[in-house]
Amino acid sequence: MATAATTHDAHAHHEHDHEHEHHEQNFIQKYVFSEDHKMIAKQYLITGIIWAFIGGLLSILFRLQLGFPDLKLEGLRWLLGNWISAEGKLEPEFYLALVTMHGTIMVFFVLTAGLSGTFSNFLIPLQIGARDMASGFLNMLSYWFFLVASVIMLSSLFLSTGPASGGWVIYPPLSALPQASPGSGMGMTLWLVAMALFIVSQLMGGLNYVTTIINLRTRGMSFSKLPLTIWSFFFTAVLGILSFPVLFSAALLLIFDRSFGTSFYISEIYIGGEALPQQGGSAILFQHLFWFLGHPEVYIVLLPALGITSEVIATNARKPIFGYRAMIGSMLGITLLAFIVWAHHMFVTGMNPFLGSVFMFLTLIIAVPSAVKGFNYITTLWRGNIIFTPAMLFSIGLVSLFVAGGITGIILGNAALDIQLHDTYFVVAHFHLVMGSASFFGLMAGVYHWFPKMFGRMMNPTLGYIHFWISFIGVFCVFLPMHYIGIAGFPRRYYSFSTYDLTNSFADMNMFISAAAIVTFAAQALFAWNFFYSIFKGKKSVQNPWHSNTLEWTAPIKPGHGNWEGPIPAVYRWPYDYSKPGAVEDYIPQTVPFSATPESNLPEETEQIALEKDIDELHTEQRIVSAKSGGH
Amino acid sequence: MMNTELPHLRNLSEEPKPTFSFHPKKFMLWLGIASITMSFAGWTSAYLVRRAEGNWLEFEIPAIFWYSTGVLLVSSIFMHLSLRAAKKDKFGQLKTAISITFALGLVFLYLQILGFYELVSQDLYLVGNPSVSFFDVLIFIHGVHVISGLIVLIVSFVSAWRMKIHAKKLDRLEMAALYWHFLDGLWLYLFVFLLNFR
Repeated sequence: MATAATTHDAHAHHEHDHEHEHHEQNFIQKYVFSEDHKMIAKQYLITGIIWAFIGGLLSILFRLQLGFPDLKLEGLRWLLGNWISAEGKLEPEFYLALVTMHGTIMVFFVLTAGLSGTFSNFLIPLQIGARDMASGFLNMLSYWFFLVASVIMLSSLFLSTGPASGGWVIYPPLSALPQASPGSGMGMTLWLVAMALFIVSQLMGGLNYVTTIINLRTRGMSFSKLPLTIWSFFFTAVLGILSFPVLFSAALLLIFDRSFGTSFYISEIYIGGEALPQQGGSAILFQHLFWFLGHPEVYIVLLPALGITSEVIATNARKPIFGYRAMIGSMLGITLLAFIVWAHHMFVTGMNPFLGSVFMFLTLIIAVPSAVKGFNYITTLWRGNIIFTPAMLFSIGLVSLFVAGGITGIILGNAALDIQLHDTYFVVAHFHLVMGSASFFGLMAGVYHWFPKMFGRMMNPTLGYIHFWISFIGVFCVFLPMHYIGIAGFPRRYYSFSTYDLTNSFADMNMFISAAAIVTFAAQALFAWNFFYSIFKGKKSVQNPWHSNTLEWTAPIKPGHGNWEGPIPAVYRWPYDYSKPGAVEDYIPQTVPFSATPESNLPEETEQIALEKDIDELHTEQRIVSAKSGGH
Repeated sequence: MMNTELPHLRNLSEEPKPTFSFHPKKFMLWLGIASITMSFAGWTSAYLVRRAEGNWLEFEIPAIFWYSTGVLLVSSIFMHLSLRAAKKDKFGQLKTAISITFALGLVFLYLQILGFYELVSQDLYLVGNPSVSFFDVLIFIHGVHVISGLIVLIVSFVSAWRMKIHAKKLDRLEMAALYWHFLDGLWLYLFVFLLNFR
């Protein structure tokens, strides 16, 4: 440590001059049009939390219909107005809109923007040792495009004809013909506009994340010393940059079909006995384009959660992550495979069975890197000195959801089985466990773990434990029974199941699911209260509350604009030196050089002491590059 | 143990070197180009998939698109000349070359519109057989990107006017040139593609 301190001092006055260029910011610059990555991260987080409650509430509304089909909903007329029919029931059209908007909001606005937007923005500069993102301006634009998209999407809920209601996958012709349903008119138009803006926002974010990770790492931070969070954000951003443009392509052609009368996706349709003018289009073409994004999107949602989990589990098991390089390799494998499996969503579209078997083969290969990750989490926990913080519980919960939901993925990946199970509640159960809940648990783990860094205060752990246990048990109570309902043949997106004897015999199970969903949703209020209360009144945080190794904990408790007050620290070791034999404490931060820890060094690490001087000499060069970006 | 077994591997990954070698904003532009490329890859693959399904109207591509292609190629040469002028601090040449690039960009767009009307005069409308719809949509979207390139050129011209581009400060102009050459290459790709898969 001593060596490092001396070299830093030598450069201190340089950096000091540089810092004086920053002026005091006014309210608008600081909280509204902020270019600071930490503030943008908080804006994303709070917007994401609001969206999560809206999306959750929509699901409760349609769960009421599914679980209690005879319930009178007159009491909700103040909220839903004419969407409650004269008999006091939910209008079937609005049911479809609820399902559609629940999916759209949760996948894109909560688990893409709320998760990547928050943690990529917050952690990338802090964990790689950068003053800010490569382009603060683009980063600010990214949030504001997201917010405008949010406002447009939200406003579509208040249309008298209702929001888009053709499912979150917006397959034509439902989405292409305004006559198809009330929501296919203005609601669908607003959906497309909002998503176009959303895609632009995600692209601007993604460009920043990748550029920052590659170009702005501090001296000594080689790729093999990056925390796994950063690796996961990197792969997520690459997925987004390459797949979101294709969704844009698909959406643009859809817009042409809707507004200009072209027939990319529409062909030979009769409405009320009259043929539409469009002919020669292909609805399946849309599905190919959509799922070319749609499948990578699953990993855009999941990978950041897996990265957060890696970091939280290693820290709180007080052990190095098991198989660091295997973790990176498996994420790389998942990223590559994500682009070549999309047609497994389309086994029943009448595709060539040979093509189906190719996609089935590729799909099942994903089980390999996924299993590597699952085993590595479990082996990291194995014989660790586990500290059960709320973040740790949510991370372990993620592993259980990832395994439980992943296994049904192997079943659904089989073309032969999928033909039976396609569009049933089995699929709903599968992706809600492996993608929805797992990513949500990753998001929660991240919030509980990095809350002290974001706000300088701690969240109440007791409330955190209660929140975890209700969510954990609740999620399994909601989604495990859905597998049975799916195998029994319940199709998804149906308004009512009370017509047939077969479906009637499962009415009590649907009731149970709905009751569990309501309890789980209600428990999130505990989180919201804990979150907002702790921002202002939480216990003050210490410098490094979880005794973690990564760089962000070396920054001040409430980092200012530019993150570190003096020079940016150099990095000498990987981020997982927990419980190293011979070490004084059970963690050695990345900033501690090997020369300061002779008692715990392995022979090859002792050799690296000679290289430490070279790392320090890179300091000047770092300042030059840093000056080229983000206005620093 | 590890030490004696894999010395070459260890040295490969642990050699301290600057982690930053590329201009961050230029890097970002390359990523943006990758992103735009993906969206056009999406459209052209959709084109191929749809074409393979049959019911596909074949038509002659009007000669005017050959002229517009030539104009865009020449504009790229002038873009390159502007960069050379800036490297030598020849500000007059720099401003002239950017202006000519800009003018040729406008001519390109004009010729594209003429080409569109040429198709219309042959009763080949946007609304109709998907082969024409695809053709029109592709030239439209490429045109929108060229407009964004023209805006970049205006910004570069203003910077040149204010003497903010010179031999020691070329980053912005280099990025503008990269984007312009990309739009040129993108059109070449689309044109060859459309000629090949009619």
